[in-house]
Amino acid sequence: MTDKRLTEDEAVAQLADGMTVGIGGWGSRRKPMSLVRAILRRELKDLTVVSYGGPDVGLLCAAGKVRKLVYGFVSLDSIPLEPHFRAARQAGTIPDFVELDEGMLQWGLYAAALRLPFLPTRAGLGSDVMTVNPSLRTVRSPYEDGEELVAVPALTLDAALVHLNRADARGSAQFLGPDLYFDDLFLAAAAPGRRFLSCERVVATEDLLDEGPPHTLRIPRSTVDGVVEAPGGAHFTTCEPDYGRDEAFQREYAAAAGDPDQWAEWSEHWLSGSEADYQEAVRSRG
Amino acid sequence: MADRSLADVCVVAAAEAFRGDGEIFASGMGNVPILATRLARGSFEPDLLVSDAEAYFIANDLPLGAPPEDKVIEGWIPFRSVFDTLWGGRRHVMMGATQIDRWGNQNIANIGPWVRPKAQLLGMRGAPGNTANHTTSYWVPNHSTRAFVEQVDVVSGLGYRRAAEAGPWIAAHHEIRRVVTNKAALDFETPDHSMRLRSVHPGVTVDEVVEATGFELAVPEDVEESRPPTEAELELLGRLDPQGLRHREVKA
Repeated sequence: MTDKRLTEDEAVAQLADGMTVGIGGWGSRRKPMSLVRAILRRELKDLTVVSYGGPDVGLLCAAGKVRKLVYGFVSLDSIPLEPHFRAARQAGTIPDFVELDEGMLQWGLYAAALRLPFLPTRAGLGSDVMTVNPSLRTVRSPYEDGEELVAVPALTLDAALVHLNRADARGSAQFLGPDLYFDDLFLAAAAPGRRFLSCERVVATEDLLDEGPPHTLRIPRSTVDGVVEAPGGAHFTTCEPDYGRDEAFQREYAAAAGDPDQWAEWSEHWLSGSEADYQEAVRSRG
Repeated sequence: MADRSLADVCVVAAAEAFRGDGEIFASGMGNVPILATRLARGSFEPDLLVSDAEAYFIANDLPLGAPPEDKVIEGWIPFRSVFDTLWGGRRHVMMGATQIDRWGNQNIANIGPWVRPKAQLLGMRGAPGNTANHTTSYWVPNHSTRAFVEQVDVVSGLGYRRAAEAGPWIAAHHEIRRVVTNKAALDFETPDHSMRLRSVHPGVTVDEVVEATGFELAVPEDVEESRPPTEAELELLGRLDPQGLRHREVKA
C-alpha cells in the first residue's frame, strides 16, 4: 500500500520551469492555495497555467511565474475582477494569454483526460474567442449535417494541483461542499507523476464515509500521485463546509494588489515565510 | 419615491423576458436578473427552474442574502451541469453587458484592443457558449452611449449577424430576447434583427432613450410604457429582496 503523503514543498519541488500546470477550484473557491504559496517560495518560471482563475492566478502572475495563461475568467467572486490579473492584462506583462469560453476550458481538460486530440463544440463560434486565439481550428462533421464546429484542443497538463476536503493517504479524495468544480478533470488531464492533491484532513480509508456519502468520493486514487495534508490550505478562498471565504482578508489582498508599495509590504508580511508561518499569522489575526 | 419604484419596474421588465419559457433553467447574473428569475417563477412562470447562484435549484421564494437553511432545494446544478444544461439548450440567461451594439453583440471581455487593453473586464466567461446555444437577455443598469455603441470592442456574446454567419444551427437556436436597462426595455423584433425600443420606463421619454443610445435605434410609432408591478408582485419583491439590494444596482 502506497502512502502518498508529502509536504507542499516536496510536491512543488517536482515542478520545473516551463511546465504546464493546471489548478483546480473556481474563482475564489476551494483553490489549492498552500501549494500555490509553495510555488511562490521557489525559483520556478515560465509556467503555463490553466485555471478557472482566482487568486491562484493573481499571485502567480504578480510573482512573475507565468509565461502563458489559459483561462475563461480570473475572478475573486465577491470582487469581480482579480486585480493582479487585470494589471497583467493591461500592462501586457505576460507574453501569452489564451482566453476561452468557460465551457471550452472544460472541454479541453476532458479531451486530455480521454486522451483525445480535441473535442467539438459550438461554444466560441462566431465570437472573438476565435479571432483572439488564431491557433484554434474548426472541424466539419463527417455526417449529413456537415456542421462546422470548434475543435477544442486537449489541454494536457504536466502537473495538476487541487484542494479537496478529505482524502486518505493513498489519494482517494472527497468533496463535501456544493460543487466539485472540475478538480477530477484537472487530475485526469495531467500526466502521471505530478498530480498533487491537498486536503483539509487526511483520514483513514474506513473513515471516509463518516464524512459524507459514497458519491462524494469523486477523486480516484489512480489519478493522484501525492497527498498533502493542508488544514486551511484553501485560505483565503472558500472550502465549504470546513470554512467560508475570508472576505476581510480578500479585501485587504485586493486593496494591496492595487498599489506597488502596499503590495511589497503585504507580500513580505504574508508570503515570505513558510506555510506554517502563514497559517499561524492567519490564526493570530483573529 | 420615483427612485425606489424604478428598480421595481426594472425587475418586472427583466422578469417579463422569461415569460413563456416554461420548464427551463432561468439564470441571472447580478441582483436585478436574479430577482427577475425568482419573481417570474414566483408569479406568472411557475415551471421555471431557478438557482441559488451557487449550486442548487431552489423551489421556494428565496430572498437575496438568505441563510442556507432557508433554501428548499429541488436539484443540484454544479458548474458542470450548468454547461450540460446550456449546451443542451434548456436555459435562458440574463447577463450583463458592458457594451452592446445594434445587432446584439455583447462585450464583457475588455475595452480597447485585445492586446494590452485599456481596461480588462470580466473576460469571455460563458458568453460565447450561451449565445450560440440558447436564449440570452441582457441587463444594463446604466443606459448610455458608452454601453450602447455602434460597434463593440470585443464580441463575447453573439449578436444576430454573427450568429447568422456562424452557420444554420446556431442561427436557428440563437435568440437575444430582451435588453433591459434603467431607462427602457428593448428587443430585436425587427425584420433585420436590429435593436428596437420596446417600452420606456415611467418618467423616461423616447428622446432620452434615443439620446442615450450610440446607434440608430428602431423606434415604433407608439412606444408603450413599461408596466408597473402588480400588488402581488410588489409583495413578492418585498419578500425576495427585503434589504432592497435592487435599488443599489439601478442608476436613477
